[in-house]
Amino acid sequence: MLTSDELQALWLTVRLAAVVTTILLLIGTPIAWWLARTRCRWKGPIAAIVALPLVLPPSVLGFYLLLVMGPHGPIGQLTEALGLGRLPFTFWGLVVASVFYSLPFMVQPLQTAFESIGERPLEVAATLRASPLDAFFTVAVPLALPGFLTASVLTFAHTVGEFGVVLMIGGNLPGVTRVASVQIYDHVEAFEYASAHRLSAVMLVFAFLVLLALYAWRPGARKGA
Amino acid sequence: MNRIQARFQLAWPGFGLDVDIALPGRGVTVLFGHSGSGKTTLLRCIAGLERPPVGKLSINGDTWQDERTWLPPHRRPLGYVFQEASLFPHLSVLGNLRYGLRRAKTIANGQGVSLEHAIDLLGIGHLLERKPDRLSGGERSRVAIARALAVSPRLLLLDEPLAALDHDRKQEILPYLERLHDELEVPVLYVSHAPDEVARIADHLVVLEDGRALASGPLGETLARLDLPIRLGEDTGVVIDAVVAERDEQWHLVRASFAGGSVWVRDTGMAVGHRARVRILARDVSLAHTHGDDSSILNALLAHVVAVADEAHPALALVRLDVAGTPLIARVTRRSAAHLGLRPGLPIWAQIKAVALIG
Amino acid sequence: MTCLELRRCKTTIFGFVLAIFSLLSGSPAFADEIQVAVAANFAAPMQKIAADFEKETGHKVQLAFGATGKFYAQIQNGAPFEVLLAADDTTPEKLEKEGLGVANSRFTYAIGKLVLWSTKAGYVDDKGEVLKRGDFKHLAIANPKLAPYGQAAVETLTALGLLATAQPKFVQGENIAQTHQFIATGNAELGFVALSQVMKDGRITEGSAWIVPSNLHDPIRQDAILLATGKGKAAPAALLKYLAGDKARAVIKSFGYDF
Repeated sequence: MLTSDELQALWLTVRLAAVVTTILLLIGTPIAWWLARTRCRWKGPIAAIVALPLVLPPSVLGFYLLLVMGPHGPIGQLTEALGLGRLPFTFWGLVVASVFYSLPFMVQPLQTAFESIGERPLEVAATLRASPLDAFFTVAVPLALPGFLTASVLTFAHTVGEFGVVLMIGGNLPGVTRVASVQIYDHVEAFEYASAHRLSAVMLVFAFLVLLALYAWRPGARKGA
Repeated sequence: MNRIQARFQLAWPGFGLDVDIALPGRGVTVLFGHSGSGKTTLLRCIAGLERPPVGKLSINGDTWQDERTWLPPHRRPLGYVFQEASLFPHLSVLGNLRYGLRRAKTIANGQGVSLEHAIDLLGIGHLLERKPDRLSGGERSRVAIARALAVSPRLLLLDEPLAALDHDRKQEILPYLERLHDELEVPVLYVSHAPDEVARIADHLVVLEDGRALASGPLGETLARLDLPIRLGEDTGVVIDAVVAERDEQWHLVRASFAGGSVWVRDTGMAVGHRARVRILARDVSLAHTHGDDSSILNALLAHVVAVADEAHPALALVRLDVAGTPLIARVTRRSAAHLGLRPGLPIWAQIKAVALIG
Repeated sequence: MTCLELRRCKTTIFGFVLAIFSLLSGSPAFADEIQVAVAANFAAPMQKIAADFEKETGHKVQLAFGATGKFYAQIQNGAPFEVLLAADDTTPEKLEKEGLGVANSRFTYAIGKLVLWSTKAGYVDDKGEVLKRGDFKHLAIANPKLAPYGQAAVETLTALGLLATAQPKFVQGENIAQTHQFIATGNAELGFVALSQVMKDGRITEGSAWIVPSNLHDPIRQDAILLATGKGKAAPAALLKYLAGDKARAVIKSFGYDF
């Protein structure tokens, strides 16, 4: 049903989304935790910066990333100095761009989840001899589990559907940066509507199943809380 | 140095705490006051959950906090029971109990209360596998108390653990609290605004108002003070430590004996020799110049007037009495006080209409 | 929610949507306002031409820039364009066959010139030898499936016998504008773009370039067509006529196009 190019694009998409989600779990969790609990006056500015990718059109964001990661940009010069080469037109370039672009989709649900836990369970943990880090892993994380799930699914889905940024910094390399959304765009632009419909259908079914699984799981998670 | 020394000062918008108290290193101390009086804040300062700019705290000789020292809450060997039981919803009852136990082991090296003992004391052995959302309010409170005990604390802090419970649930928990009192050496700080809880479990009473300690002393003495502006109203009265001395099978009465006298009380099945408390409310004490054999009143004690003070209502007065060393308070009308010619030193008969035997 | 509440709610939403649309629609269209869809590569010359045209005729020209393929899909689905300046000659032909374009209104308004370009001065020589040296990491081209300039780039490389060695170094832009950005930001050392993108007033503005001889690829014909919506109207016809005139051609030439 799908050509090998399309399968390759789908597999690349899933791989990109999985890597981005994993990285964002590691980066987004401490940011969300800090935002949920700090009374620091930098909270507002930091929260705003996290939300910025929501404001910029993806292709504009992609253009700036192209500048910043290019040979004259600060990140480009950094990666070259580190011997990593340049990020545009590489899989890891897409990863970096998508991490930035999907950041609010990870941080905001997590922040809400952490905020809804409140101080009390952590105070209880402290009086039961748990250090702050211990309490984070044994109390905050389990209690925020539905939030982690929501954030991960949103991030994953958002990265799968990501297009503008990938288009700008990907260079459309088969197997490296040609993800499913770009492939669909190519089909549409080349008037290959049947192929576009097929691939879109696969993406939609995939997204539907993921979201269905999420919403089916959630009531169960609620009951325990 | 068998004592708890606590000194805290903090100023928040609209609220300040300025307390410097010494408390006994054992028994139950109730921090009593109306809501907003600072009792919970004081408890949180002691637990290290608040960090006031001025703070000094030592427990039986160990400094937990002063100008140079600051133990974070998780390093303080205490147990804390919050107002709502605040059990971890993602853990079973046993998981909740083990949470603190596992972490406390490294600190407390096995002294104090064992998990089995805590489970037994609070009667929660049949609940261990349940999740907190399948427990009743009273059961949750008992688990929370057992959880706090299981860390073998050197100080147990309870913040109105019964506040969220209805009357029947309270009656369910109170006997367990009394057992703690009787069986454990751990000093207990207990926040409450309920006079009946105070009467039942306090050994020592600290009265707080507007963030300051108005009084701190043994229960009987503190309750009998007339100079405190705390208004207990109908609950004004004294609590006296007594022993069941005699049983009258025919009339279903027991005699509770204390320093200075004894009273006859309804027999609640308490064994002779059992230590108990007698609570006598001021409104249940009448004063007379004669013994008054011709009335239905069973208990009359010869006392001396110590002081007479105004009550909230202009028609009433509170009279502090001394029954051979045991304090007693009577509430009478000012007209009666004038009529009887009450003045310090005057001998007078205290006729007691009702006595509650508790504990 | 009861039925009544739902209806009331619907009315409110409907009113709200109306309000939003009235905010978005801006000024109403005048009868002599011409709606023109312009291929992105022709944006700069067309702005100049439209300004001159407006000054001379008093007509108002509304320009929309974008990919020809997108315009095609939009026109198929009822977009109100009256004139299309395509980046190729196949799209106008298709539109005419499908009855969406006016028969016999098609003509080639410009022939695009392909250029191999780099921002580095002296990097691209005037014979394209740099392609044979191959000492670059990325060669940017427009997606040959979608963009006529990409197609021409592949034809050129084939003619030079370099396609096989160059292909692994391709980075593809979805359109000629994106391809230009890849090179302009330095992420690709060089690439094939439209001469019109790097030329102003008859001169290459920056870096080094090799203007690909037109015998190395099929001509990149850019055709214009009067669309069905503009049929019988004076203003669109006048614009097309002006576009084919000498004055417009001088502008077009200064931006690096042929005829």
